[in-house]
Amino acid sequence: MSDVVPAVELLEKTLLRKQALPEFRVGDSVRVWVLIKEGDKERAQAFEGVVIRRHHHGLRSSFTVRKISYGVGVERIFPVNSPRLDRVEVVSRGEVRRARLFYLRDLSGKAARIKERTTKRPTEVAATTTEG
Amino acid sequence: MPANRTGLLGKKLGMTQMFTPQGDRIGITVVHVGTCVVLGKRTIEKDGYSAVQVGYGEKPLRLCTKPELGLYSKLNIKPVRFIREFRLDPKQVESLEVGKTIAPSAIFKPLTFVDVVGQSKGKGYQGVIKRHHMAASVDSHGSHEFFRHGGSIGCRLTPGRVHKGKRMTGHMGDDRVTVENVALIEVRDTEGLLLLRGSIPGGNNGFVVVRNATKRLGAVRLTEAEQDQKKRAAGVKKPAAGAKKK
Repeated sequence: MSDVVPAVELLEKTLLRKQALPEFRVGDSVRVWVLIKEGDKERAQAFEGVVIRRHHHGLRSSFTVRKISYGVGVERIFPVNSPRLDRVEVVSRGEVRRARLFYLRDLSGKAARIKERTTKRPTEVAATTTEG
Repeated sequence: MPANRTGLLGKKLGMTQMFTPQGDRIGITVVHVGTCVVLGKRTIEKDGYSAVQVGYGEKPLRLCTKPELGLYSKLNIKPVRFIREFRLDPKQVESLEVGKTIAPSAIFKPLTFVDVVGQSKGKGYQGVIKRHHMAASVDSHGSHEFFRHGGSIGCRLTPGRVHKGKRMTGHMGDDRVTVENVALIEVRDTEGLLLLRGSIPGGNNGFVVVRNATKRLGAVRLTEAEQDQKKRAAGVKKPAAGAKKK
């Protein structure tokens, strides 16, 4: 095993996405731009909602975004390293006390709101200052 | 029939995944074939057939026999653990140099098909359900002491014996298994790696033989979607276009 795992791990590193995603956490609202093919043309389509799960696992990393579309709850799982995942914008930060927000599935309307997080973590402050 | 290109020996390192440009996730087996060395040649004049002998892997000196050591010191290479011959066209045999390592890209082209030979994982002594995919008996309706049996194994006085090849329990796995037409996704010369789509026989660290596919030629098409698109372009335009609109 000893000489095996490093080789595969090194390989996986070369397969990771080139442009890092902005930092976002569970509870944040994000707008995810996914490349879709329409005929011969390619364009980015947005999917906006709350991040209810993040799966940190190197190449296999993914996150789940939940939104209410025409009154129906829709969840979409995005593989972080997919070439079809164009970019992610953080719409707002949310204050939550869970790592997995599956309880949102049982809530609707006002009850399903998430409190805005005002305190920023050092890494987030750095990110916003470089942007502005 | 001797092949046009030699195969290579390698070691299964493990599995991971990668994305196609279309965004499909595919399972990948990583095989190291980087240090294959030509140990010898077989010629029609001398041996009656044309082949090349290839070695892979490392072997401690203490495990080598004296004749082996003679060969290795003559070639000035480290002892290898895994040795196989590949039947090869005489012209191709000539082009290879004894004692030299073979670059994977000289043998394999990405997005083609290969065959992989390996030793499957041993499963031990298994019953007929796992070993031959027979159906299990019912668990209820009063059944007892008869759940995973194979049923009857024959007739009566005629033929008075069990037919040859009757599928029964026994040792399963640890066999030489060949998987044909495995898609080769990428060849990485610097690391000496092959990236194959899907699984191959054996556990991690197992030795495998990789050669160009004997039956399936041509290029690998990475996605079903790509094929669908071609079909759509050829005909059946209306329903596909309508479905896409949504």
